Amino acid sequence: MAIEDDVAVVGGGIAGMTAALAAAREGATVRVISHKDSTLRSASGLVDVLGYPPRSGGSSGDSDASESPAGDAGPLADPFEAIPDLPEDHPYTAVGLEGVRAALSLFDEAVDGYRGGHTDRNALVPTHGGTVKPTARYPASVAPGLASDPRETLLVGFETVTDFDAPLAADHLRAAGVPFEVRGVTVRFPGAFRADARVTRLADALDADERLEAGDDPSGVSTSLPARGALAAVVKPRLGDAERVGFPAVLGRHETPSIRADLEAELGAAVFEVPTGPPSLPGMRLEGALRGACRDAGVRFTTGDPVAGYETGADGEIAALRVERNGAAIPFHAESVVLATGGLVGKGVDSDRESVREPVFDCHVPHPADRYEWFDDDAFGDHAFARFGVATDGDLRPLDARGDPEHANLRAAGGVLGGYDFAAEKSGAGVSLATGRAAGRAAARQVSDS
Amino acid sequence: MSDAENPDGASEFREDEPTDSAEEFEPIEVFPESESMDLRPGSDDCYKCSTCDTSCPVAAVDDEFPGPKFQGPEQWRLKRKDDRDIDESVMSCSNCMRCDSACPSDVPLSQMHNTARGSFVDEQMDKLSREYVRNRILSNYRTLAALGSKVPRLTNFVMGLGVTKLFNEKVLGITSEREFPEFATETFREWWEKRGGPNVERDDKRVAYFHGCYSNYNTPEVGKAMVRVFEAFGYEVLVPPQKCSGTPMFANGMLDDAERAAETNVAELAAAIEGGADVIASCTSCSLSLRQEYPELFDFEGTASVAANTYEALEYLRVHEDLEGALADAEVDDAAFAYHAPCHARNQGLDGQAVELLDALEGANAEDVGDSCSGISGTYGWKEEKYDVSMEIGAEMFDHMEAADAETGLTECPTCAMQMEHGTGYEIRHPLQVIEEAVVGADAA
Repeated sequence: MAIEDDVAVVGGGIAGMTAALAAAREGATVRVISHKDSTLRSASGLVDVLGYPPRSGGSSGDSDASESPAGDAGPLADPFEAIPDLPEDHPYTAVGLEGVRAALSLFDEAVDGYRGGHTDRNALVPTHGGTVKPTARYPASVAPGLASDPRETLLVGFETVTDFDAPLAADHLRAAGVPFEVRGVTVRFPGAFRADARVTRLADALDADERLEAGDDPSGVSTSLPARGALAAVVKPRLGDAERVGFPAVLGRHETPSIRADLEAELGAAVFEVPTGPPSLPGMRLEGALRGACRDAGVRFTTGDPVAGYETGADGEIAALRVERNGAAIPFHAESVVLATGGLVGKGVDSDRESVREPVFDCHVPHPADRYEWFDDDAFGDHAFARFGVATDGDLRPLDARGDPEHANLRAAGGVLGGYDFAAEKSGAGVSLATGRAAGRAAARQVSDS
Repeated sequence: MSDAENPDGASEFREDEPTDSAEEFEPIEVFPESESMDLRPGSDDCYKCSTCDTSCPVAAVDDEFPGPKFQGPEQWRLKRKDDRDIDESVMSCSNCMRCDSACPSDVPLSQMHNTARGSFVDEQMDKLSREYVRNRILSNYRTLAALGSKVPRLTNFVMGLGVTKLFNEKVLGITSEREFPEFATETFREWWEKRGGPNVERDDKRVAYFHGCYSNYNTPEVGKAMVRVFEAFGYEVLVPPQKCSGTPMFANGMLDDAERAAETNVAELAAAIEGGADVIASCTSCSLSLRQEYPELFDFEGTASVAANTYEALEYLRVHEDLEGALADAEVDDAAFAYHAPCHARNQGLDGQAVELLDALEGANAEDVGDSCSGISGTYGWKEEKYDVSMEIGAEMFDHMEAADAETGLTECPTCAMQMEHGTGYEIRHPLQVIEEAVVGADAA
């Protein structure tokens, strides 16, 4: 016999966990199999749906370097207005506008502490580089920092958190024409942390409100203060007329609301987080929230080894996934499978000098034969590779080179899908949610029908 | 992933004259050919995301400890200059190997740490120092245990004496805070001999049991449970000669000791595999050692075969038998457990297994106490200077155990079990013992 589930999901990011949650809520027994800890630790924690219209609008072609890069068109005010006009091969087209809305409803209901659900319009979230990112949902800790809010702003960076250069970010925001005064200062995080202390270490200190050495006072006596108070004391003299203060996202792993409340009380100003790069605390919090929702729905997790192959039944359907554990292949049986392994960055799509492939099921990945057509000469140009991924039918089943489903019981979701450039159009999380939900539901319904 | 950078272009290298044939591409060798074990590809795969540092239990509580990214790829690069020493902080790594499963880029972090620690101990550590002597003693626990268990009652009495603990702490640097584990009055192997070996003989269902040191000398009931459960499923159990898996030696940088032990283990287990057996371990650190550390560090004939044919006991039954079906037909009394998944089980994808299996068994329940590390990491928490760090790491697990609706602990790892008992006073059992009760019966002899 064997390890058996109704639905197996390969991959533990937003798409995989959303697929698992959606399938479990349809009554299926579900297992998520992921090679490593979730890549959400590298994610900003922002949930974008569509920030910019797609550039070339579809399959790779002769791109003209003089074409306007994304961004010149300006961010989309309302992503939902633009979705019905997306190209045929865009993943949103497979799930439709209602699919996107339903996925956001699932997210809003399953994950606490997010904002943005009150409107269809994109929020403009300042990033650690000082740009603004059009986003549909964002953590509550980010909310007071929105660029549409005219309050005077102080950005505070820390000497040792080099991902966020506050004066530079302030300059960029000013240059972008934001409707408020903004300054940036760099301070020392209080306490005697090592120069390369991780953001998680600082977050732990704030979570526990650890007592930190505050340095020598004028009388030469060294004093210690609780971390939150010590941090506020460092910032307060630099506050000026600012009505809100932005920190890099280090404000706790678990206690973010109370940390913000304590800082706000001490400073007399609103406090918000600016999402930073990996390791990302908002990403970890989102991982924890999605995982908690999955566990509550009965989803099981198997993490640590890659799915290296699969077994098929007599009907050509996938019967089992083979998880490779240091040379031994462990079969995990499932009636229906969702592929959510990510794109080129997440290794769900792989390439060498000859071809582009999907490594787990060897699904067909459409791409030009000549690899010089895979990219644009301009580094920030319209790269074909950014849209590489599997093509699917309307039921999110990956299609082979002839246009037939690879397997009747295999669906794909998230970054492994082709036809969209998540980085340019700012749609990564939204596509993962929408296709994850649709693939998970379809997988579970296929099981209950059989 | 929505903020992730675009990956580099599909090709970073472009000849002046594009050629059609990939065969003509000759990468330029920038670095000289490397020695026996090439860690450079792993080092190159690190893109400095620092995720490993955020999952390191030592770095979370020890501000002096530069995390796994430094200990692995960064230190490896620094070492390319001959005059660079290995930083002594590598000795503060507990070898929990969590960084391995954190890395999104498959950097072999623990392999890098093991080799760095090995060369630090080899080349930089004073062989007459108290630390070296103490670490050598701790990592060769099996040698001590073999002696001690010849006269188990006397040993248990002596090890429990205040004066012994004082000596251990003051002279050797072994903490006096912990109770030395008691030796069984009859080792697993003695029991096995007395029993006359296997009760089931068949050549089509055969497993070779790697019991490890702890099941042999300290908790033979775990080994007996393994034998009875496998025999209940119709397996012939072999118990080949074996030495320590090497786990404590790796963690202390005693790679020569580990290599000697590994050579025997690989030869014996590979022979059993030749004879049609798969290898079964009940300790998840032993199985990880056979599966991952041997192939990463040694190259004996049969190493790969042993790695590919070694399984954790319940994992094996789950794959090859209807274990869940058998459990669904069984019932136990009042078996509620606070379950801790050992870090080394996590790396083998086994962290959810015990909870899932007991879900299927009426009367049993295992509540996962979270994904924190127990903090003891084998010999680590026995070191006088590491004891406090070890307990600080374990604090979260202790809290969650207290909060769980159970008064008994459950784990696959013998040293995690020591820590769980030390922190809560709970009795700690191995999942095999619960499965034994279910499928063989409580009164099995």
